[in-house]
Amino acid sequence: MELFEFGTNPWGQEVLVRISLDVLYLFFWGAIAFVAFHVVYAAVWVPKLARAHAAADSGDGGADALVPEKITRHTGAARAFHWIMAASMLALLVTGFFPLVGIQFPWLTIHWVSGVLLTISVVYHMIHATFWLDFWSIWIGPSDIKEAIQRVKRQLGQNIDVPKHAKYPLDHKLYHTAVMVAGLAVIATGIVMLYRIDTPLVAKNAYLLADETWGLMYVVHGMTGALFVLLTITHIYFAMRPDKFWMTKAMVFGDIDREKYLDHHDPSRWIVSRESDEG
Amino acid sequence: MAVIRDNMPAFELFQPTSTAEALGVLDRYGADAWVLAGGLDTWDWLKDRMRRPAAVVDLGAIGSLSEIRAANGGVEIGAMATLSAVVVDATVRESFGLLTESAALVASPQIRNQGTLGGNLGQDTRCWYYRDGWNCYRAGGNICYADTPTAMNREHCVLGASRCVAVNPSDTAPALVALDAELVVENQRGSRTVAAADFFVGPEVDIERMTVLAPGDLLTMIRVPATWAGASFYFEKSRDRQVWDFALASVARAATVSGGVVDDIRVVVNGVAPTPVRLTAVEAAVRGQSVSEELAERAGQVAIEGVKPLAHNGYKVPLLRNLVKRSIRSIEA
Repeated sequence: MELFEFGTNPWGQEVLVRISLDVLYLFFWGAIAFVAFHVVYAAVWVPKLARAHAAADSGDGGADALVPEKITRHTGAARAFHWIMAASMLALLVTGFFPLVGIQFPWLTIHWVSGVLLTISVVYHMIHATFWLDFWSIWIGPSDIKEAIQRVKRQLGQNIDVPKHAKYPLDHKLYHTAVMVAGLAVIATGIVMLYRIDTPLVAKNAYLLADETWGLMYVVHGMTGALFVLLTITHIYFAMRPDKFWMTKAMVFGDIDREKYLDHHDPSRWIVSRESDEG
Repeated sequence: MAVIRDNMPAFELFQPTSTAEALGVLDRYGADAWVLAGGLDTWDWLKDRMRRPAAVVDLGAIGSLSEIRAANGGVEIGAMATLSAVVVDATVRESFGLLTESAALVASPQIRNQGTLGGNLGQDTRCWYYRDGWNCYRAGGNICYADTPTAMNREHCVLGASRCVAVNPSDTAPALVALDAELVVENQRGSRTVAAADFFVGPEVDIERMTVLAPGDLLTMIRVPATWAGASFYFEKSRDRQVWDFALASVARAATVSGGVVDDIRVVVNGVAPTPVRLTAVEAAVRGQSVSEELAERAGQVAIEGVKPLAHNGYKVPLLRNLVKRSIRSIEA
């Protein structure tokens, strides 16, 4: 397996060109393997753990009287961002990778327009999340690490009480971090690569960067794009799992009900008001 | 980059005597096989060592691929028919003079004696950055050297560029697109028919191919239907030298006229884009109109709408306009 493709520039120097197609297949089959593993894990191991810890996990301490019937998990603006980003990301993956695996069509215009849409939506999200949402709720903090250690211990058979989640569980936070890092990298390199094609946005300039630097741009863009294949497949898998579907519904309709809130979240870590105006 | 020139690499040579046998070899070797027709594109690639196929499949011994026969008012031409054979064929000359004219303007008599119609359609682009072994988009790289501020791009695109600005060099391609020809492509799994207009692939779809032919595929026949038999035709090829040169731009026009009015028309240009381009806007502007100098002028203007010349090929804009204008002006009322 090769990770990169190299070419020769006009001065006879070997330069990076792009990632190898093997990398795309690696991420794709990695995602499929992860999904297959998780299906088995969720069917065999999770019920066993649930039975073992049923007594410890029951009850919520009577906090429900203070909790509204419906809790807003995602505001309309946050949901709009999510679905615009999802649509543009799917368009980017289809236009970026389908032609490489033999499904050919005029992809370039759709690709860069989707990229611009993704960029705008991410900029909007950064501003919106910084000033209008609970900014820190999605970032990994010390309590998440502690909780993660407790959960791992429980997975390994120790009889340990673990706290319920705050607004976002650690796996969501990890996913968000991965998407953020990969997303910013793919956007930054994508913006630079606009200088290689005809668009009304920037004047084409193949001399903007040296050959080696262009190669690096293509490699980072390709690598993060391939990573998004893995991230997208696993994300869609979790969104469609019956036990997670209440969260998917919340991304469509915005709300979760009191029961789900009390089952999965610690009211002291995700504090909601009676009006439930949380973002 | 090419270092060794004029030096044939080693390959296994196959000389099948039937299409089935050829398809078997092509299927076995896949992307490592190279189809040899007249050899006029092939030998450049091989001797410059830009292409190193494991197997070369010489179609010269398959007699059926060289036949030209009348069929249902049209004509069926084997892909291995030489350009000279196409030029002198009575059926082609009588009913489809457009193809005769375009084939007669390919290169030199010697090359037409050797070159085939299939080879002329399937040949690779002549962009010298690409053919000299530069690692451009078309060669699997990530840059078009012909589309940089200091590039030598006098012969390149003014239409339809998408990262790569190389042009299709075929003379017969615009004629066959204008004649609504169909191309028969065979492989081990069967046969399919592709409209001539769809046979050519632009860089916006696949930057490393000029045609739909994939590994294992073989172009076996060109079918020209009766649709445009005996119509009014015009072909003009503009080139730097009046013999033995590729088109800077060419135009192929077929039209039917009644009562001085254009009933139907096809206008196809080549040498200005990565594929032959059917100018449907020009056709719409001319269809149903009486032929006049004004109409020809307007058609020429419509033809150059949206063109994007590069640093050194701005001359192709008036060239394209005037070729289209002349093709309309020449319609016999």
